[in-house]
Amino acid sequence: MGLFILRRLGVMLLTALCLTFIVFWLTNLGPNLEKLAKTQGNARMTDDAVVSWLENRGYSQPLPVKYGQWLGVLPGYVIDGSDGETRARCQEPGQPLDEVSTFCGILQGDWGFSTVFKDEVGSIVATRLGLTGKLMFWVMMVMVPGALIIGVLAGMREGSRTDRTLSTVSIVSTATPEYVSGVVFISVFATATFGMQWFKGTATAAMDDATFENFFLPVITIALYGMGYIARMTRASMTEVMTAQYIRTARLKGVSFPKIVLKHALRNALIAPFTVIMLQFPWLLNGVVIVETLFNYKGFGWVLVQAAGNNDIELLLGVSVVSVFVVLITQLISDIGYVFLNPRIRIS
Amino acid sequence: MEPLTWTGALGAFLNPALGLGVVILAIGIFAQIVLGFFTAPMTLQANADGTLQGREGLLGTVETVNKYLFLFVLVLVLAYLIGGIVTPYGTGGIIGEMSRQFLPVWVALLVTFGLSILYKRKLGLYGKLFDSTVGMIGFGIVMFWVFTALFVGLFDLIATHDYLSQVSGLKNKGPGIPVPEGTDGAIPHYLLGGDNLARDIFSRVVVGSTFVIAIAPLATVFAFMVGITLGLPAGYYGGKLDTFLSFVANLILAFPVILLFYLLVTPEIVLTGIPSYMAAFLFIFPLIFFGVLLNSRYYTQPAKRNAILIPVLGILGWLYLSVVNQKGTVIDFLPEWFDLFDISILVVFVSVVFVNAPTVFRIVRGLTLDLRTRDYVAAAQTRGEGAWYIMLWEILPNARGPLIVDFCLRIGYTTILLGTLGFFGLGLSSESPDWGTTINEGRKLLLIFAHPALPPAVALLSLVLGLNLLADGLREESLKD
Repeated sequence: MGLFILRRLGVMLLTALCLTFIVFWLTNLGPNLEKLAKTQGNARMTDDAVVSWLENRGYSQPLPVKYGQWLGVLPGYVIDGSDGETRARCQEPGQPLDEVSTFCGILQGDWGFSTVFKDEVGSIVATRLGLTGKLMFWVMMVMVPGALIIGVLAGMREGSRTDRTLSTVSIVSTATPEYVSGVVFISVFATATFGMQWFKGTATAAMDDATFENFFLPVITIALYGMGYIARMTRASMTEVMTAQYIRTARLKGVSFPKIVLKHALRNALIAPFTVIMLQFPWLLNGVVIVETLFNYKGFGWVLVQAAGNNDIELLLGVSVVSVFVVLITQLISDIGYVFLNPRIRIS
Repeated sequence: MEPLTWTGALGAFLNPALGLGVVILAIGIFAQIVLGFFTAPMTLQANADGTLQGREGLLGTVETVNKYLFLFVLVLVLAYLIGGIVTPYGTGGIIGEMSRQFLPVWVALLVTFGLSILYKRKLGLYGKLFDSTVGMIGFGIVMFWVFTALFVGLFDLIATHDYLSQVSGLKNKGPGIPVPEGTDGAIPHYLLGGDNLARDIFSRVVVGSTFVIAIAPLATVFAFMVGITLGLPAGYYGGKLDTFLSFVANLILAFPVILLFYLLVTPEIVLTGIPSYMAAFLFIFPLIFFGVLLNSRYYTQPAKRNAILIPVLGILGWLYLSVVNQKGTVIDFLPEWFDLFDISILVVFVSVVFVNAPTVFRIVRGLTLDLRTRDYVAAAQTRGEGAWYIMLWEILPNARGPLIVDFCLRIGYTTILLGTLGFFGLGLSSESPDWGTTINEGRKLLLIFAHPALPPAVALLSLVLGLNLLADGLREESLKD
């Protein structure tokens, strides 16, 4: 078991390194840097000015060197600029040059500086992640119990009318991407078009003070898309369990149906959905980006859009590191959890 | 011109009837659910004459009544659609006029269903689809959009106005608004109103279907070619090759899709030529696939193989070069007369294939791992067949069931991805009529004018839903084999 986790951690680290390097490479391509120079400096810069702007700020170093500096394994640059100013990567605003530390990168806990928000990447990501965490918490609170109940009810009696109805409901919910359900919900429940103006169409106010009125629509929009998929997986695993020998034995012994479902079937039927729920996190991340854009909720997904739209390299890297780690850690948890939950694997 | 109402003159007697029918049906269904809790479940019993024993008691009566009520409501809905077609202009209201515009689609659907049901026993898995209600509904919805796209794209039917022309005074106007005298167009109304640039929403939605129907299946086919060509050897040989390919696939899958799109689908990335290189890499896989497929089958008869392989590879190679070669990008070496076409949204196409291929790879790899232990594979190995023959002609045909089902689901997923790209305004021009872009345009004023965003949203939803239902029906029917 220990060796398994160690191996998985090793692969995870390698994956994370590869992914961040890809993001680093894509954001540091020539045209992207040129765009960055023009948005940060002056939109009408000449080509020479762009080159010297980039050289003075260390963007023209070779890619592996820049990546090493960002990671914190290579010393940060100190460049005597062509405009006479000396810049160092690790220089805090106002700090004299001789006090600047040699290394500053992820390993030293320095995530860099956002060019769009003019703030430390670490603090931006932390605050935004907190806001998204709130959203995700409520999504999970709605989605997981809802999906499990639908799945168990549908899989309890395969082929019954309840099963067919609930299966159709879950197919519909998997077929509705967030930008469709969000738009439909807003126009039905937040405008006067259909006379049901019950909720707010934006969630900006929910960042400080989340109420049912302004937070329900974004939560339900994300939850619905994932719910159908988890419900279908739960249903499949429930139907499989319900045909097992030990359920038949229990029925023949005369155990009542609710008792069979709750005591005998449920625990075994929930192993498979557990992994599915964990693997839903990467998908939820997509939903978060769409819903935060649609409802103007300034969380992690909103930052991703801002960073990518403005080619804010260090912020984008911070965002990708966080999202990639979320994906990889949930994969790891789902693998380990599966081993722990499944007695057949645990004992062998 | 008077503005059109939703149901027009027909609604005068159809609306109250439909309302009454729906209310009674709702009560009936509620009663049925409540009664269902208190009645013991009854298994079906056969009578002596071969018929089935119906349910008895109150529940049975409610069920029968509900069935007829449902039929009644269905007939009323059809009456709106047919009424709109047969009555003079304007009588059927907006719904009737939309139904009239879709007349060619209705006819094509009727012909398709009629022929398919007539010959369903001779049509294999496709014919079996018509045994399942869910599958038929799904197939109907999908074909509705396919025919719409065909008639709009090839014959310029259905759409009522030019999807780009702006008519002054119709900005953000609601459904059924009349256009000013002398405006070009098949009918004198904007059926679903005007958007924020005073363009006809109905026409934009219908024209948008051509985009999805053209791109989504094609991108899925390419993703399948890549996934199959790499997944089969990974599953069959295992070992280092498998470890490496699985690592790369997991790497791509660990990327949040939207982040990948934001990194890949930008004008700056197009400038660097990365999409062109990716296209050159990804689109070579169909060539490899068909080359290996045919070679492994006919390599014992070189004359026959050459006769088949050379034209196939020739045509595919030409198509490949034409797709990859784009004017003004890094790959631009073909003479003009040789280059068949340029795809303006190559970057969108490539990134959608790129995102889908790893998942297909994983599915094919898993299926191959399972199937390679079968007896027929051992038999082929004993016969001395080549590895590629076994993979492509023994394992692949036996994996077709799950792959066909996944193909349908994946087209739906690709549709969602294309919509996402449009929603974030990535890679597509803001004038593009595709549904994602239209939703994105509509959502900006959503709290004031809800009508521009809803039709494309409903259209996208219905197509994806149809594909999901179709996949469900196919899965059910293929499991029965």
